[in-house]
Amino acid sequence: MQLRINGTLHEVDVEDDMPLLWVLRDELGLTGTKFGCGIAQCGACTVHLDGVAVRSCQTWAIDAEGADIRTIEGLGTPDALHAVQEAWLTEQVAQCGYCQSGQIMQAASLLAENPQPTDQEIDDVMSGNLCRCGTYPRIRAAVKRAANLMQEG
Amino acid sequence: MGRLKTIARRTFLIGSAAVVGGVAFGVYTVRKPHENPLTADAGEAVLTPYVKIAADGITLITPRADSGQGVYHVQAALIAEELDVDLEQIKTDPGPPSPAYWNTALASEASEFIVPAAGMMQDMAEGAVNSVMKVIGLQITGGSTSVPDQFEKLRLAGASARETIKVLVAAREGVAVADLTTASGNVILPDGQKIPYTDLAADLDGAEVVQDVPLRDPSQWRYIGKPMQRIDMLAKSTGTQDYGIDASVDGMVHATVLMNPAQGGGMAEYDASEALAMRGVQAVVPITGGLGIVADNTWRAFRASQAISVTWEDPSFPLDQADHWSALEAAFTPDAQDSQKRNDGDVDSALSDGEILTADYRAPYLAHAPLEPINAIVRVEDDRAEVWTGTQIPRFIQANVSRITGIPADNVTVHALMMGGSFGHRLEDEVVKQATEIAMQMKGSPVKLTLSREEDMIHDFPRQIAMARMQGKVANGQVEALDLGIAMPSVMASQLSRQNQSAPGPDSQIVAGAWEQPFAIPHQRVTGYRAQQLAPISSWRSVGASTNGFFYNAALDELIEAAGADPLEERLRLCSDPLARQTLEAVAEMSGWSGVGGITVGSNTGRGVALTKSFGVQCAQVIEVTDTGSGIRIDNVWVAAEVGRVVDPVNFENLVQGGVIYALGHAMNSEITYADGVAEQSNFDLNPGMRLYQCPNIFVRGLENGDHVLGIGEPPVPPAAPALAGAIWAATGTRLREMPFSKSVDFV
Repeated sequence: MQLRINGTLHEVDVEDDMPLLWVLRDELGLTGTKFGCGIAQCGACTVHLDGVAVRSCQTWAIDAEGADIRTIEGLGTPDALHAVQEAWLTEQVAQCGYCQSGQIMQAASLLAENPQPTDQEIDDVMSGNLCRCGTYPRIRAAVKRAANLMQEG
Repeated sequence: MGRLKTIARRTFLIGSAAVVGGVAFGVYTVRKPHENPLTADAGEAVLTPYVKIAADGITLITPRADSGQGVYHVQAALIAEELDVDLEQIKTDPGPPSPAYWNTALASEASEFIVPAAGMMQDMAEGAVNSVMKVIGLQITGGSTSVPDQFEKLRLAGASARETIKVLVAAREGVAVADLTTASGNVILPDGQKIPYTDLAADLDGAEVVQDVPLRDPSQWRYIGKPMQRIDMLAKSTGTQDYGIDASVDGMVHATVLMNPAQGGGMAEYDASEALAMRGVQAVVPITGGLGIVADNTWRAFRASQAISVTWEDPSFPLDQADHWSALEAAFTPDAQDSQKRNDGDVDSALSDGEILTADYRAPYLAHAPLEPINAIVRVEDDRAEVWTGTQIPRFIQANVSRITGIPADNVTVHALMMGGSFGHRLEDEVVKQATEIAMQMKGSPVKLTLSREEDMIHDFPRQIAMARMQGKVANGQVEALDLGIAMPSVMASQLSRQNQSAPGPDSQIVAGAWEQPFAIPHQRVTGYRAQQLAPISSWRSVGASTNGFFYNAALDELIEAAGADPLEERLRLCSDPLARQTLEAVAEMSGWSGVGGITVGSNTGRGVALTKSFGVQCAQVIEVTDTGSGIRIDNVWVAAEVGRVVDPVNFENLVQGGVIYALGHAMNSEITYADGVAEQSNFDLNPGMRLYQCPNIFVRGLENGDHVLGIGEPPVPPAAPALAGAIWAATGTRLREMPFSKSVDFV
């Protein structure tokens, strides 16, 4: 099947029900998307399907065919950061950092849909992403900073 | 105990005096210095075990393992402070396993890991040739020791390297060393000309390293104590940080394991015929206690593992949870007494009459559950083996792979990779042993073993289960007597048994966080009881203090309530340590706690306070909650911690907040329980910890009144649960004596 990932079309030979997560990581070597729980409880594997955050561990490869798939590698790069990544850097959010790809993809999706979320809306949308190190205070601050950065354009 | 302490102290002092660029520590090393494990390639120079200069860049060796606490960054900053390089200019590398990098602080009196560490040190001091530790060294990351251990060592290494570079340039240019300065990786000549260190790499190779360089006065520091940009932040914000689970080696196969879900039990028989017929599955191989499943993709290995039928044998511990608690209850006997490190006044007489308060407290098994599932790559060839993994114990891994394969340890290479969290989980190396056993049956192929979340969580080697019994008395509005007994299995005995070592003597972790608390209750006794070994357990962030900080403060709170006193005022009155007093005063000031008005009993809002000294750090917290009617909401947390010196205020705040969140999340809603010998919680749906919507405001202050520089990874954990319990009591009138608190109250 063919998958469009970060603007590039990839031909992959996988089972229809292989989770997109494992296509990305083991078949294509896109390891920025993380495996955490396998049951959509932690959010580490969050990617965008047509701009909307989904858990790639629970998304079959066949269901991603035809969609515009974006991973952390396609959101921004160290040389050309997305506003959310810039905010993450400024707020120094990460500790171990393992959940942060998923957190950042979730936040980018939130802000694309809702550019000025309230505190309650941030809490609601970001609470599906687990951070075992406990960087939540900084995640909240970084989402707000990113919203302001995007507002300033 | 006194003798061991004396030896440990003497050893530490010898080490401090004999330091050469941070290399030589300890009696054994003074007699025979460890070799510098770094080798210089052509055109490179190695100056101390911590600094490598090549034409194309400078590499700083940061041997303490980074599980998210930012210790690669902190280690680099300490070297850079004296080496005069900018953090943007350097690369870091954890270096090879080597005795040159052993952890002195783990063996010093500053550490609460004193029992196993001191035992090892005694072996070292007495020259016991069979000491495993002599062979393995103590290159361990744990016990919040990285900063205390390395605060001087790494600066000395940086200073030695800097002066060595200056001596070379002075001789070459015909100027006095004193006329040279250094900045941003350059030597600056008197005329202002700059020579990059990297231009000197070839000439520096083999240079004699300058020793005994005095360290700079703190007033000259550029990095230490100031907010820094952590060196791993860009990679961790862009998905470009590689963790162990992201590592890739040419020719690699993907594997997982199916282990006896009753941890440590054996395997009677299995049928893998269905799994072997599945797409991509290459092999199913027996290993100790289970099976390795090898495939061409991790998910295919996971799926195949679910198609195997196995008959498992029972584990060696009780099958049902109730029997684990019974074992603890049965341990409060003189025969099971492990230690009595505190016995002030006359507790027996004080408790022989009058009104005696009693209470029992419980703390459950808890998984560490870092977000990166445990993993390792191992390649075994005829005469050598190679390991890639995130680990806190690279030297143990080297020894274990050598033992399993029969390959000499010198031919076992360990690459330590970035860890996606640990909280103590990566002080274990079962995953490497498993990958090694699989790799021995796939000779030459690098085997990448990744555990599913479920395999990882049910085999997590959880935090100890623990129980405390309190008797106490109050008089004249004051706490008069506290007799606290604590029963748990020995964490150290369980953990060290997996490294084929014994843990002789009392296990100080059974009473850590309780016996040494800075409160001068007139009649006070803390007794540790060693329960039988139950489920295998391991060091969980703050170890013994993670349960005992709750027990001690919760017991104290009940006595203070009986005395009719204020929890914070009475703690201040009892406080026997000036640093602890300052810490309590700081948290009182931060939270605006004033007298008995600081708490409100029975209304909707309440505050609790706790202080635990652990890993040498006095850490006090005030927590404020609201009873919303549909559950408890944690609103605010104020934290003060005395660490002597805050190395990086940004990272410090992040770590303290994270420690509080880790502690509160588990105190609220997490536990591991056993049914039929199997952990009942296998993923985050049943073991959630804190989620973002539950996160309170957390205000942090680092105090620098003390003389000792201390680590902050663990000390924020122990006082959080009791401060929360105190706040819930103040808001609802309900006393919580068992974690998780969700057994008694709901949280929103």
